[in-house]
Amino acid sequence: MSEQRPEGITPSQTVGPYFKYGLTPNGEYAWNDAFTNNLITPDVSGERIRVEGTVFDGDGVPVPDCMLEIWQADAQGRFSDPQDARALPNSSFKGFGRVGTDAKGGYVFDTIKPGQVPDPDGKPQAPHILLAVYARGMLLHLYTRIYFDDEAANASDPVLALVPEERRTTLIAKRKAGAANPAYTLDIHLQGDNETVFFEV
Amino acid sequence: MTLLYPLQSLAAHPPRLSPAYRSTVKRSPQKPLIPIRQTLSELTGPVYGHETVREHDHDLTIQHKGEPLGERIIVHGHVLDEDGRGVPNTLVELWQANACGRYVHVVDQHPAPLDPNFTGAGRAQTDASGYYRFVTIKPGAYPWGNHHNAWRPAHIHFSVFGHSFVSRLVTQMYFPGDPLFPFDPIFNSVTDEKARARMISSFDLENTQPEWALCYRFNIVLRGRNATPMENKQ
Ligand SMILES: [Fe+2]
Repeated sequence: MSEQRPEGITPSQTVGPYFKYGLTPNGEYAWNDAFTNNLITPDVSGERIRVEGTVFDGDGVPVPDCMLEIWQADAQGRFSDPQDARALPNSSFKGFGRVGTDAKGGYVFDTIKPGQVPDPDGKPQAPHILLAVYARGMLLHLYTRIYFDDEAANASDPVLALVPEERRTTLIAKRKAGAANPAYTLDIHLQGDNETVFFEV
Repeated sequence: MTLLYPLQSLAAHPPRLSPAYRSTVKRSPQKPLIPIRQTLSELTGPVYGHETVREHDHDLTIQHKGEPLGERIIVHGHVLDEDGRGVPNTLVELWQANACGRYVHVVDQHPAPLDPNFTGAGRAQTDASGYYRFVTIKPGAYPWGNHHNAWRPAHIHFSVFGHSFVSRLVTQMYFPGDPLFPFDPIFNSVTDEKARARMISSFDLENTQPEWALCYRFNIVLRGRNATPMENKQ
């Protein structure tokens, strides 16, 4: 089928400024969304949560042409992917979401709080959501993680342990006081003093 | 089947800070990325069924009442892993300018006409062998203001998933022989010549359809090689 073994991977290029009508049309263009920022399915079990924030550039200016994608386990810590041999076919929860930032650089995801996922040694990781960041001016997307400030398991998480303590807060979403439903805030700083911790993975 | 994702493969990518492409200057991290092990979170990825891709989503020339203007083309190829195995049932999304180099995006103010019969978005799912196929219009070059007399070579934006969240790729497909290649900071942000060449489609006479459409082949190679059984520790 393929003529020969490839010499290498296809390089990444930026999503550019005009991805919205193709990837995150959200009713504004004559095209439908393959994915949205609402991961909640009617039958899903677990705590329904909202995660929101703003994406900033190195000048502290909000980034209105950014795309965020998340990937996460369900409340039992299982992924909706046959590669996770522990997957439970008990829910239509897909675990993947996508959103384009709004004019003020803001984003919102509605999802469920993920359960704990083991690391390669079988040690539990604290509940977390993977986040990929794409934008005009980004030639290659960045990977980070969203943790939650009300999880005691953060203290023993093997990935957080690799992050200098003073930078861990850039990965930990803060629960908002007084919100009717559980809501967490996490801003993304592409550069600068509060630069988000990004992972090489 | 689970693949390993060696970090060395990432050397093909452009550096995130590429000052000739001015917007990278304030949008690239200055602190080093922190290497982490690939856990189940990184080694899995979304699986979507046929509900995501509708029957005609791969044909950008039949989405409106009339036919779009411009040169009708077929763009096809395989999505592969680094060992050359096809990546089956994976989602391929595409977006592009029209034949005049104008995007329907509201921010695009290039004074070239919009085409009421062309949106410029499509999607397809690879078959069991990793094969995908689109029918579209050849996009035009467009100016972009990065520097004096800056024009993007004609390109089609591609978004591909692959087997896991870390195989995710967004790239651009170029057309062979474009005279704008030497002057484009985005194309040249990829510093290795062979890697740059992998973003250029090849003219495919064999699959060009007589009296109907030229054909271009674009194979997309994602991270991942050496299938191994996934460890299943609780
Ligand atoms: Fe473009």
